[in-house]
Amino acid sequence: MPGPLRLSDAKKKTNRVEEFAALIDALVYTRSRNEKLRLIAEFLRTVADPDRGWALAALTDGLDFPAVKSSAIRNAMKERVDPVLWALSRDFVGDTAETASLLWPEPIGDVETPPGVAEAVDLLGTMTRSSVATELPRLLDRLDSSGRYALLKLATGAMRIGISARLGKTAFAQAFDVSVDDVEEYWHALAPPYSELFAWAADGAEPPDTENVPLFRPFMLAHPLEEAVVSMEDYAAEWKWDGIRVQLVHVAGETRLYSRSGDDISATFPELLDALQIPAVLDGELLVRGNVQGGEAGGAASFNALQQRLGRKTVSKKMLAEAPAFVRLYDSLLIEGQDLRELGWQERRARLEQFVPRLPESHFDISQIVHAESFEELAEIRESARDDAIEGLMLKRRDAPYIAGRKTGLWYKWKRDPLLVDCVMMYAQRGSGKRSSFYSDYTFGCWDGDPDAGADLLPVGKAYSGFTDAELKKLDRFVRQNTLNRFGPVREVERAMVLEVAFDSVHQSKRHKSGLAMRFPRIHRIRWDKPAHEADRIETLRNLISN
Amino acid sequence: MAADFSWIQPHPHGIYVAPADCWIDPSRAVDNALVTHGHADHARGGHGKTVATPETLAIMKLRYATADGATPVAYGETLSLKGGVDATYIPAGHVLGSAQILLEHAGERVIVTGDYKRRPDPTCPPFEVTPCDILITEATFGLPVFSHPPIRQEIAKITDRLAAYPDACVLVGAYALGKAQRVIAELRAAGHHDPIYLHGAMEKMCRLYEEHGVDLGELRLVADHDKDAMRGSVVVCPPSALNDRWSRRLPDPITAMASGWMRVRQRARQRNVELPLIISDHADWDELTQTIREVDPSESWITHGREEALLRWCQLNQRRARALALVGREEEDE
Repeated sequence: MPGPLRLSDAKKKTNRVEEFAALIDALVYTRSRNEKLRLIAEFLRTVADPDRGWALAALTDGLDFPAVKSSAIRNAMKERVDPVLWALSRDFVGDTAETASLLWPEPIGDVETPPGVAEAVDLLGTMTRSSVATELPRLLDRLDSSGRYALLKLATGAMRIGISARLGKTAFAQAFDVSVDDVEEYWHALAPPYSELFAWAADGAEPPDTENVPLFRPFMLAHPLEEAVVSMEDYAAEWKWDGIRVQLVHVAGETRLYSRSGDDISATFPELLDALQIPAVLDGELLVRGNVQGGEAGGAASFNALQQRLGRKTVSKKMLAEAPAFVRLYDSLLIEGQDLRELGWQERRARLEQFVPRLPESHFDISQIVHAESFEELAEIRESARDDAIEGLMLKRRDAPYIAGRKTGLWYKWKRDPLLVDCVMMYAQRGSGKRSSFYSDYTFGCWDGDPDAGADLLPVGKAYSGFTDAELKKLDRFVRQNTLNRFGPVREVERAMVLEVAFDSVHQSKRHKSGLAMRFPRIHRIRWDKPAHEADRIETLRNLISN
Repeated sequence: MAADFSWIQPHPHGIYVAPADCWIDPSRAVDNALVTHGHADHARGGHGKTVATPETLAIMKLRYATADGATPVAYGETLSLKGGVDATYIPAGHVLGSAQILLEHAGERVIVTGDYKRRPDPTCPPFEVTPCDILITEATFGLPVFSHPPIRQEIAKITDRLAAYPDACVLVGAYALGKAQRVIAELRAAGHHDPIYLHGAMEKMCRLYEEHGVDLGELRLVADHDKDAMRGSVVVCPPSALNDRWSRRLPDPITAMASGWMRVRQRARQRNVELPLIISDHADWDELTQTIREVDPSESWITHGREEALLRWCQLNQRRARALALVGREEEDE
């Protein structure tokens, strides 16, 4: 199927933001993955350095301009558009950058020529919190509506146009006929605009040096097991811990901690940096001390306890003492300069078991193997696991090498069945991105007693996933036709729609009026058939609390 | 003033003209209906008596099989209703036969615009600005983000794409009443004289337009031709057929949609549109505000769409206004 505009149809490359904007627009309207790859690859082949590198960074969410945030866009708009009209427009469009690009008043009189991508990046990078108010409008005045959209998307770092970082790298590999695994490997050693990467792939220069850099290696990921049955001869099982996946890297005297997405979170967990002093790349679950996950001796706390430590740029001593972090290791990629990734899991595991005793117990332990003779026995173990914070099981093929990404058949996650509760929709809000303008975010509640005796609903959670596009249309219609009140963008609806909500666990929380907070709530089923007064009461949910 | 406009009463299912005991664009069957135009959210069958332009009545006869009790009224003609109400039908520029209805009673003038636009349209006469006391205006695109570009520019997107992909076809989703014929007529005006292929659901309405003097050039039915014959052609279908199995019979269709909503990228993505065409038969934000300024009523009543933003604009411009919530008009059914 032919996709949108071929870039070569357009006039000769100018490296202007317009060129990038044309690519973004073409990508927005292209459905086929192959066509998206082709569009990006063609752009990367034909546009010059460093513009193409900056564009690639934007596509893979690799840019950050501290002074240019959504609030800067909102402030710039405030001076040009009535705030109420702005808010109504933003609510309808569902995207700040797009709303601003559409509402920006066309400049009067002579304007400067449109900037190149590199020039725009340079200008955005030099903006400060005080200069952004004058500099950003000047830049926007140089662009047309599509250009403004592309620039604001690039500036705020959330493209949300259906392009994953992986797709960008795959397109790069395709553009220059190199291996995507090599691209992944070098990627994290380099920074935008990736000049060395282009020099290597496009011009045959030496590959970038990755030897002595504390570099993130992409994680090996698991597929859900679904209905499959595996043999315990071929697979080993471990608990699936409820913390965050991390990679610890020590090289040339430096230690770094990376999150699942490859973000450097070293500063958030400084206690772990000193704890690893041997050159290695380790894969494991970051947890905080407690007695839930893994038992009382050296166990971990629930995810709830870990949450207070996430996302901090600096950590107080009190926090370090109250919620000390450690890593439960389950794999090793490199140990003392030796790359283990080609080895099978069994051999890597043996190396890890030898290695862990050399690390301080205070900060490391090893994720124990769950022994089972048969899959049936494993299923029983999974059923009977009382340890509330364990998410389920991981199954790892014994002979599988460590392969970046999600390769079928090597690793499986076998989550515990979710908990279910019937709630009543109370409020709805419009979604963003793909769901812009649809009422797709729902706040729901449970009865605070007997509804027939006058009990009221208490909000217990919010969910915006789990339904199909067709169901979304019906839910959206329900909201529009059953609105009782409008509070800005929020609509209060008739208490008539029962939603069966699935969630992983429920905890006590001071943040919510109901005193409860659900983990990963999502819509499991829409109970068109069920009358609202038959929905669950709040006690049902309280009885499921785990801490 | 004698009656203080109490004779005109907005209700959820239509606007009631009390002294004449008749409804404007009622969403349920009534004894006496005044209908602005033929779209389903304004016109319906089953009324005792229906007053509309001859073109609208012809459309209603085709779509809703209402022929009984039809009273045709030409543009500019004034009809005396009972209770001392006069009704005059004025071109609204929306689709063939579309009209604003001017109601006069006890020295007070009220205009119900129905749906309208201010841009030129080769398939219907243009909107006429008419002074009144109360303007009851639509607000389908009542947000400042909506600005419909010149139609030539959007039509060129179709012909440019055909030129770039001569072996494919461009499949344009367009509503069967109005949008489809306007797109075809504009393609003709832009010099595209090749046969244009139609989904079966489009045929009768296109014929009706032709019978009313709108030249649409050579039209063919998709069903009568094989795949290869349609390479390099424009095909027009209802929006519902865009992603339907029906489109599999077409040669490499590039999915286009002609609608004002295409201005918002995510809207186009939600409909899997590859070639969004910002073509609307409704007034955009600037046309809505321009119309309120030019008609200069003492009060505007806003309905059919995003009332809040237009209400705000009126407030900012020291104009009296209120929002009406009519049922069935919330759907974004351009």
